[in-house]
Amino acid sequence: MGDRARAVARADHAREPARPTCEDDQTTVANASAPVPGSTDPSVIRNFCIIAHIDHGKSTLADRMLQLTGVVDGRAMRAQYLDRMDIERERGITIKSQAVRLPYTASDGVTYVLNLIDTPGHVDFTYEVSRSLAACEGAILLVDAAQGIEAQTLANLYLALENDLQIIPVLNKIDLPAAQPEKYAAELARIIGCDPDDVLRVSAKTGHGVGELLEEVVRLVPAPVGDPNAPARAMIFDSVYDTYRGVVTYVRVIDGHLSTRERIQMMSTGVVHEMLEVGVISPDPISSAGIGVGEVGYLITGVKDVRQSRVGDTVTSARHGATQALGGYRDPKPMVFSGLYPLDGSDYPELRDALDKLQLNDAALVYEPETSVALGFGFRCGFLGLLHLEIVRERLEREFGLDLISTAPNVVYRVVMDDGSESVVTNPSEFPSGKIAEVYEPMVRSTILAPSEYIGAIMELCQTRRGTLLGMDYLSEDRVELRYTLPLAEIVFDFFDALKSKTRGYASLDYEPTGEQASDLVKVDILLHGEPVDAFSSIVHRDKAYAYGVSMASKLKELIPRQQFEVPIQAAIGARVIARETIRAIRKDVLAKCYGGDITRKRKLLEKQKEGKKRMKMVGRVEVPQEAFIAALSTDDTAAKPKS
Amino acid sequence: MPSQPPEGEPAPSDGSLPTDALASFGTRPFAFYVHVPFCSTRCGYCDFNTYTSDELGPGASRASYADQVVAEVRLARRVLGDRDVPVSSVFVGGGTPTLLPAGDLGRILAAVRAEFGLTADAEVTTEANPDSVTAESLAALRADGFTRVSFGMQSSAPHVLAVLERTHTPGRAVAAVAEARAAGFPHVNVDLIYAAPGETEADFAASLAAAVGSGADHVSAYALIVEDGTRLAARIRRGELPDVDDDVAADRYLQADAALGAAGLAWYEVSNWARPGGECRHNLAYWRGDDWWGAGPGAHSHVGGVRWWNVRHPAAYAARIAAGESPAQAREVLTAEDRRVEDVLLRVRLREGLPLGRLTPAGLAVAERAVADGLAEGPAYAAGRLVLTLRGRLLADALVRDLVD
Repeated sequence: MGDRARAVARADHAREPARPTCEDDQTTVANASAPVPGSTDPSVIRNFCIIAHIDHGKSTLADRMLQLTGVVDGRAMRAQYLDRMDIERERGITIKSQAVRLPYTASDGVTYVLNLIDTPGHVDFTYEVSRSLAACEGAILLVDAAQGIEAQTLANLYLALENDLQIIPVLNKIDLPAAQPEKYAAELARIIGCDPDDVLRVSAKTGHGVGELLEEVVRLVPAPVGDPNAPARAMIFDSVYDTYRGVVTYVRVIDGHLSTRERIQMMSTGVVHEMLEVGVISPDPISSAGIGVGEVGYLITGVKDVRQSRVGDTVTSARHGATQALGGYRDPKPMVFSGLYPLDGSDYPELRDALDKLQLNDAALVYEPETSVALGFGFRCGFLGLLHLEIVRERLEREFGLDLISTAPNVVYRVVMDDGSESVVTNPSEFPSGKIAEVYEPMVRSTILAPSEYIGAIMELCQTRRGTLLGMDYLSEDRVELRYTLPLAEIVFDFFDALKSKTRGYASLDYEPTGEQASDLVKVDILLHGEPVDAFSSIVHRDKAYAYGVSMASKLKELIPRQQFEVPIQAAIGARVIARETIRAIRKDVLAKCYGGDITRKRKLLEKQKEGKKRMKMVGRVEVPQEAFIAALSTDDTAAKPKS
Repeated sequence: MPSQPPEGEPAPSDGSLPTDALASFGTRPFAFYVHVPFCSTRCGYCDFNTYTSDELGPGASRASYADQVVAEVRLARRVLGDRDVPVSSVFVGGGTPTLLPAGDLGRILAAVRAEFGLTADAEVTTEANPDSVTAESLAALRADGFTRVSFGMQSSAPHVLAVLERTHTPGRAVAAVAEARAAGFPHVNVDLIYAAPGETEADFAASLAAAVGSGADHVSAYALIVEDGTRLAARIRRGELPDVDDDVAADRYLQADAALGAAGLAWYEVSNWARPGGECRHNLAYWRGDDWWGAGPGAHSHVGGVRWWNVRHPAAYAARIAAGESPAQAREVLTAEDRRVEDVLLRVRLREGLPLGRLTPAGLAVAERAVADGLAEGPAYAAGRLVLTLRGRLLADALVRDLVD
């Protein structure tokens, strides 16, 4: 699975310092007495990660640790050193994980090896997070002292606890005037069951308390344990495609030893690769003879596709390898689907090439060609979640210069017919007709954290989204955790936006898949002049079909210009019409005069109108402007501008 | 401000025409259009190429204008050669032609007659503002050889005339028609503009009744077009006036067709109705693709598939004429397909209709569907012509887009 948006094939990648290089390029290690990769005593190794919400200061803290341990000097320091992609930088989020080896001489005089493993920070990447956590023995729980813990952080904390990680609670940004360290220390203490005094207080920005934090990491995080003489087993927690080197795989060695120039095997597939290079990142790549028990490093095998090096898989030696893989591997499973179509139909080959390239670096992205009557040729694409979808779409537009229309995202349905036959529906327009026994939809278990004054609003929202309350806990006097089971379909559209607006932006949300549920779901078709428009078909709960039909029909009435004939817009379930609007026929479309014999002007006007006509999509005999599709498919109501 | 001319290829400074175009000259009726680019004030809705005396600037004057046009008529003769092609229609438009000094229009007409000759039944028209003519001036025009006068009546409702910024009083147009009839004009037209902001159905009914009752044998009724850059457009944009509503315009059109038809004026072009024999031949020349020479600033011409247009400003025009050069600013030489498309575009507006032979197979299919949809008449289609129904006339442009697709 790799993560969804790692460094892609880009020409400017060469200037990025993290690219693994040959041995003779980079040999400087910050700490001369540091243990050598491949022969490091596990007892001096501390593998840990930082669990934090988007803007709670994880990257700044990582930067400070790099500085304090001397692997990066202040001059070379670039803010948020570990976040490399433009999109990440702009959004201020970390969507790829990496591991940095930090040699650190502690107050006891021993030089330790601290491996800081970065974790992706978004709800779509829960599985990746779980693998990163599985590579660690400890986790720093980093929380903004002015904001308190957020839902995703809490979810990741639970994941860390499930993995038996040693948690080090830390409040960041204590230098801020708005900081409330007492309040949030109590909150953290309550959640993880420690004493509020055990919660460290730092300012990653000023560096205050970071030295003490490093000492605590050495003191509290257990050293890795493994059998150095057993066959090699290493867990892949990340893999990244690099233009020059191919796939760079990040692993944590559990048992044994991986050496350069040996052949390795991926245990999920049995595929054998030549090992071209092994090394560690500190913070630039340093190749080594090998890596041993407890160590974290990278492997280069020359493969070109991250799908051959999947997160969670176990790497072993091709000869005398392990027979039992490490647990926890899962195939990536797309949860959200959307049709992507080029605005200009002639860009279809470019879109295909771009998706091919993105897939090299994104094992979870799936796509297959699809034809829409309304939108032409495109691809049905599967994503881990909404952010994944957004990132892919944004990269297609930004890096490949494509203008795209995307259909409203939908989830995967399992439809069982009366005769027992079953189909999996990833595109609403393929929803079967006929006698349906049951329709199953994917469910998620969601966690919402918010100030307690918004409980009512949140419950109301979740109620309308067919949620079932699982439980509610107060994290502190005025902060509450709500747990709901919700259909994923109710979340993929605009749930988060609605949640934010109902809580003035204070609520945070996390969710994870939790199986499926039979629901009373129907397909609503939208018909223009009697012709179904595939791009507008949607699978919705029966109770919401009417509302969907009415809103779509009235939206389209505003967006589609009047035609020479009256155009009924109908929303229908099967043959039953549930909502109807009518676009009145245009009655006058003629210019009265000829402008004093200026026939040229008249003809040029006709030519211009014909050009405009070419940009129309024909649905039966109805001309629909492309903009109408974009606006009707967008979740933002303000995008539905009236036709001119 | 006047609207902008189309772009085109450069026109030769001597005005000469491609051989092919010239060779076909005389195979179609030949008309003359004379543009008079002067107005005493500019009406709020107007984007025609016309200038008040304040806007004229140095180098152009009403007094010297007739001489310039006469010079262009002579240029036309040189360009078109010696072939004997008498002129079947002369139309003086504007602007306000009757703002020219007395006798000037007669002098221009005399020049056309001297250079080309007129056919025996030639139609000779001038446009006129109701308040820029008198019984005497009309009699003089008639004596000079004018056979037809076209009055810009626009409306009989004072508040509509005010919105359009017309200067005449409602009764004046009706009186002017009577004066023209008294002066012996066999054909008189009145122009109406409908669907102006604030115009009611009753207002337009009164305008139609006034037009019919005036004794005119021809009525042109145009839906108001709000042209960019006009004062009217600015007032609508600022919300001072409501915008023109196409559905209202459609209602008014039906109203016009019913009222005029009941009074014995039949449609022969989308915006024109006439008693039998009162059809404006000059107007038909445009829609039929005849040849005509347009003289004067900004005037458009067409000869044998070449369209050209003169420089727009009267001063620039005067300078070209003074230098002995063609006043053409640019031209376009139409391809066979351009001419076919134009034929469809123009002829479909006429009661006589478009010969189906001008359509491609795809266009024919569209035409057939137009009959089925009630936009074109079945019997005419069976007889080989595409003739629009009343509803079809209102959707003519939409149909043309499909016909030439």
